[in-house]
Amino acid sequence: METLTAVLITVIGAATPLVFAATGELVAEKSGVLNLGVEGMMLLGAVAAFAVALTTGSATLGILAGAAAGAALALVFALLTLTLLANQVASGLALTIFGIGVSALIGRSFVGVPLQRLPQLDLPGISDLPILGPLLFSHDALVYLSILAIPATIWFLERSRAGLILRAIGENHQAAHALGHAVIKVRYLAVMFGGAMAGLGGAYLSLAYTPMWAENMTAGRGWIALALVVFATWRPGRLLLGAYLFGGITVAQLHIQGFGFDIPSQFLSMLPYLATIAVLVAISADGARARLNAPASLGRIFYPEA
Amino acid sequence: MKTSFIKRGAIWLGAAAVSAAMTTAAWAEPLKVGFVYVGPVGDHGWTYRHDQGRKAIDKAFGDKVKTTLVESVKEGADSERVIRQLAASGHKLIFTTSFGFMNPTLKVAKSFPNVRFEHATGYKQAKNVSTYAARFYQGRHIAGLIAGKMTKSNVIGYIGSFPIPEVVRGINATTLALQKVNPKATVKVVWVNTWYDPGKEGAAAKALIDQGADVIMQHTDSPAAIQAAQERGVWAVGQASDMTHFGPKSHLTAIIDVWDNYYVARTKAVMDGSWKSDDTWDGLKQGMLQMAPYNAAIPADVLAMAKKAQANIIAGTVHPFAGPIKDQMGKEKVPAGKNLDDGSLLSMNWYVQGVQGKLPK
Repeated sequence: METLTAVLITVIGAATPLVFAATGELVAEKSGVLNLGVEGMMLLGAVAAFAVALTTGSATLGILAGAAAGAALALVFALLTLTLLANQVASGLALTIFGIGVSALIGRSFVGVPLQRLPQLDLPGISDLPILGPLLFSHDALVYLSILAIPATIWFLERSRAGLILRAIGENHQAAHALGHAVIKVRYLAVMFGGAMAGLGGAYLSLAYTPMWAENMTAGRGWIALALVVFATWRPGRLLLGAYLFGGITVAQLHIQGFGFDIPSQFLSMLPYLATIAVLVAISADGARARLNAPASLGRIFYPEA
Repeated sequence: MKTSFIKRGAIWLGAAAVSAAMTTAAWAEPLKVGFVYVGPVGDHGWTYRHDQGRKAIDKAFGDKVKTTLVESVKEGADSERVIRQLAASGHKLIFTTSFGFMNPTLKVAKSFPNVRFEHATGYKQAKNVSTYAARFYQGRHIAGLIAGKMTKSNVIGYIGSFPIPEVVRGINATTLALQKVNPKATVKVVWVNTWYDPGKEGAAAKALIDQGADVIMQHTDSPAAIQAAQERGVWAVGQASDMTHFGPKSHLTAIIDVWDNYYVARTKAVMDGSWKSDDTWDGLKQGMLQMAPYNAAIPADVLAMAKKAQANIIAGTVHPFAGPIKDQMGKEKVPAGKNLDDGSLLSMNWYVQGVQGKLPK
């Protein structure tokens, strides 16, 4: 039982950066902007969080710096695609490549420096409960924040007026524009929120998951986050489920090997992507139902004059 | 007639001057040395050590060399493009520092017969392609001895990158040494299918610890496993670089690669024209491999045993692959009194007895 608890805790660790980055991307995509630069924003968030936490000694400042750095890079993307009307796919890819490079540059002097892990928030009494204590009540602040982000996002998108406007813009920016909504302004905010969340995902990696800075340490998690949004068909609840499933498969395949089961580890590594492809196929096959959730204006450039 | 003679003379003189200038330019031009890395220089492991070697060249030759590096190059088709680019842009000596660069290196070498190539950890040479590697398994032997004495659970966790001979050899060397001092101990291997992914390496370490391992070894490049071991209070052995400061309590030792001398020697050989295609496989004796400072928590008798083994390997009286060696099925691979030869070591694709699980094929 203790082993199972330990395994589940590792799964939470593997899933948390995905929850952050994917939630941010989901909101950006709901506003109609496809930002493929998640990986780059995560990396910049990771290095900024590490650098600030190390130099100031404050993990809180580090987390804030991670979010700010991600948002700043997202602002560059927004400027390119929303104001200068550059192609979103190309700009997003460029953002990732830029993020990899610039984070490595900033992080040069932080390579090989260890950092105290983000403290776990233990609740006296409750954290000592068997199984439930370590599983639910002994994580760091970022884990709780990532989970709280899901109901908050659902409430925002489904219940709040601002969320409805954001979705309307994502569905049909011309119509929203005609109704007098500020398409560009809302998209700017959505993209920057996405960047801040990606930055938090990066901060979790460099402050808590593996407390260190190493070049390219996200190792493709930004791309998994992008796949997750599609996998979840743009629903935050499913996204949370998907992130834990993806994280779970990553950890499970290591355990399966350790137990000596004869399943190729490569096969298990590809399962999350296989699932994403399956969802994509389902979306295209049963368009009417699944596409209801995909923002109709996703990736399309908005010309205000047209 | 006269004018044309003078004109011709002037042209001839001019041409001579130009060619003379070019010759001096060629002499003054520094030797360009290229490096292709599989990971980022900042991995603090494998690639970091190769880059230390590159810096040693810079230091040794100053203005006479110009080194170029390309980092995080994917093994396979992408690497061929990078190597070709380096060769085409005037690099006369190119180091390709990962096993997966082997075929791309040979392919490019064919089209650039005047460029010298050095491929790390491979087994195919050509007229202008040398191979070099360190006998990492000697260090694994020492790490295995220490692990055998330090473990309480008798389970050693081993994080593998890819099931290639170099990695399998390390696992086997560890296991053989381990069982010599602790016949009950076994090695549990988890393959992560990457050289470098701190998150995944850390998760693999945690998975192994959760399954009972209390010494973690790794053949991957980041210090994440050391950190995980420190967090969970178990032992660990570092790879390629000294990783002590990532887990001062857990870091038993590390097997450090030192390429500096080899890189300087090969560069010098190109400069004075004595470079020849060769296959270098050096170890503790030549200093291509060193052990990081041992953890103070290692008991004195265990430390003495490790140091003795190190001295014996250097002296040549101990071979990590001395028979009798049995494979997982119990079939005898090496009879008593014999050592496994280098050829079999280089193409090793079987587990010795004491390794858990099946080797992926």
